[in-house]
Amino acid sequence: MATRTFRVWRGDKDGGEFKEYTVETQPGMVVLDGIHRIQAEHAGDLAVRWNCKAGKCGSCSMEINGKPRLSCMTRLNSLPEGTITVQPLKTFPLIKDLVTDVKWNYEQNKRIPPLKPRAREADGHHRMMQEDVDRVQEFRKCIECFLCQDVCHVLRDHHKHDQFVGPRFMIRLAQLEMHPLDTEDRIPKIRKEFGSGWCNITRCCTEVCPEHIGITDNGIIPMKERVVDRYYDPIAWFFKKVFGASNK
Amino acid sequence: MNSSASASSVGGHAGGFAATHRSDNWWLGWVLTAGGLILFFGYLTIRAFQGTYFWSGHGLAYISPAGSPPLFTPASGYPGAVPLSHAWLGAFPRWWPKFIPQSPAFFVPGLAIAFRFTCYYYRKAYYRAFAATPPACAVGGAPLKYRGETALLLFQNLHRYALYGALLLLVFLWYDAFRAFFNEHGRFGIGVGTLVLVINASLLSGYTFGCHSWRHLIGGKLNCFSCDGASKFRYTIWKKSTWYNQRHMLFAWLSLFWVAFTDFYVSMVSRGVITDLNTW
Repeated sequence: MATRTFRVWRGDKDGGEFKEYTVETQPGMVVLDGIHRIQAEHAGDLAVRWNCKAGKCGSCSMEINGKPRLSCMTRLNSLPEGTITVQPLKTFPLIKDLVTDVKWNYEQNKRIPPLKPRAREADGHHRMMQEDVDRVQEFRKCIECFLCQDVCHVLRDHHKHDQFVGPRFMIRLAQLEMHPLDTEDRIPKIRKEFGSGWCNITRCCTEVCPEHIGITDNGIIPMKERVVDRYYDPIAWFFKKVFGASNK
Repeated sequence: MNSSASASSVGGHAGGFAATHRSDNWWLGWVLTAGGLILFFGYLTIRAFQGTYFWSGHGLAYISPAGSPPLFTPASGYPGAVPLSHAWLGAFPRWWPKFIPQSPAFFVPGLAIAFRFTCYYYRKAYYRAFAATPPACAVGGAPLKYRGETALLLFQNLHRYALYGALLLLVFLWYDAFRAFFNEHGRFGIGVGTLVLVINASLLSGYTFGCHSWRHLIGGKLNCFSCDGASKFRYTIWKKSTWYNQRHMLFAWLSLFWVAFTDFYVSMVSRGVITDLNTW
């Protein structure tokens, strides 16, 4: 019977250690299945957050063999032979074992000015064409697993939580800024408070996104370019002054 | 169940430069990227300082992209230099410092360096490869004070100006490709060098029209693609640019390789090492 050994970090904010568990495996098993088997057979007190087990709720984010991944979508046979190392997310405070406190992310979301739609048309409706919302719909695929936030080195290694809002919220900002009905101007905040300049576009957020959202190319870079329009491009500034150009 | 011998930091995350629990060959991309950048930019830098064999000669009219367009050309002492009649402003001026080689690469072709240096793809490549911020995803970065692109690197925001230069350069490179269909006597024909120059201009077009700044300026900055005729037209171009943008890394490397190869081919023809197969 096939078995696999898991090296799971056990502990809380005061410290802990890796513990190894060997469990039986079956074809099609994912890492979360292995964790559940460990809970059932070896460590009933092993803490893990999970919910849908279908890659749609974003709850079971953890670091598997050093990479931020959804444990419910990571098949055991996709990992190299040998022990599987399982750790909590690095970027957020640890609660216990594999569970971290991600509330900082929700606090960032509250800071973002919401949609401010333009006035309705004469018949009382808002109308948008599909080509105008395609870009926005890509960002709405986000399941808030916060893997992008975890892998972002600005947060992960440099701890700039008070200066950079992180890739998840850069695409939320992009989603609102590109919205065809929106009239709110968030560009000054994107530059200063949300810290677009802290991102050095090394694209790790895009690499780990389980929804394959073009976080960097379609979200962050377009926001950086809009900041350039406003603050760093004298020609764009001149044309805006003379012709009153608007992006809306 | 076994416990590890010693207690780890919170979460068991490794700290320090290049520290990681990744079990894949994460360093391979790092090494290949750094190696590729050093190889190709190193070669082109050396060629720029040599200033020789930019012109095919032997009755052919191939010019290396490393020396095109030639604002000035050396009057003598540089084998394979662009003929005086093809230089925009003739020979290098007398006041040109002796310790700087008389290379046309120092003028307009320098725009290509500015374009690539500030390119969003290359920024990723060299931030990872040389600044190690980070060397790879979820791998410990260099122990440097990190400022992102907020301080010294604010100049990266001028990428769109480098784009304007690159668009200008592209016009010249397409002219060179067109000119390569005619030999030095103006007779129409085609040679291997013609194809090399056409491919060069094509790959550089693919790279330039996938540029993030281009994609932004031609349509990405709009919030409404359907509002009027101009917006619809810009949306059409934006979609085409998006196709190239999704392959920006591919075109960045292909075009870089091909610029170096084109220069190599022209220089080999110029030296007489390679005989160009052609219809002339």
